[in-house]
Amino acid sequence: MKNRLKVLRAEKDWTQADLADHLEVSRQTINALEKGKFDPSLPLAFKISRLFEQPIETIFEDEY
Amino acid sequence: MTNQSKSTYAQQEFKGNKNLALYTTIWLISTALLAFGPKLIWDFSIALTVVAIVLNIIAGGLLILANVKYVKCLDELGRKVFLESATITLGVLMVFGVAYELIFVTGAIGEFEPRISHLYFVMGITFIVSTFLGHRKYR
Repeated sequence: MKNRLKVLRAEKDWTQADLADHLEVSRQTINALEKGKFDPSLPLAFKISRLFEQPIETIFEDEY
Repeated sequence: MTNQSKSTYAQQEFKGNKNLALYTTIWLISTALLAFGPKLIWDFSIALTVVAIVLNIIAGGLLILANVKYVKCLDELGRKVFLESATITLGVLMVFGVAYELIFVTGAIGEFEPRISHLYFVMGITFIVSTFLGHRKYR
């Protein structure tokens, strides 16, 4: 699944570690999410959506 | 961002690791006591051996609970890596265990006697390697 996490993070001028702290996950998880190697669970996707104040569908893009 | 929120997950993971290391050490000590105590410390006293067995089982139970607690404190990627490693380890253990026993039964390894500790060794190595590869895969 593609996502705009890296762009949104850059807009806030956050490092991966900063975003990881906000979401209470590891930095490795943020890196895997940004590279599209790992898809988040629904609760984590909602958390990301709340953090960036954007709907889930504008952050994550279904590739099917 | 506050310092408190900055280290929440790292602190949680560290606490889980520390807890797991502590209970692993306690279990290892109780296992060593059970293995060597009867011969070296209490001269095969049945009562003390039973106490050592009970202590070993209790320590083992606490280790299992610490492991469950550790998995709960991981984030979702950490749990995924752990689950994949545990699945691979279980599969390898089953395949290796059956093959190892059959090799012994058929006499293909001569007088060599299989021991359960050999399986623990295979289990440990498999889990470490698969966890390492799992973390590398999502790096």
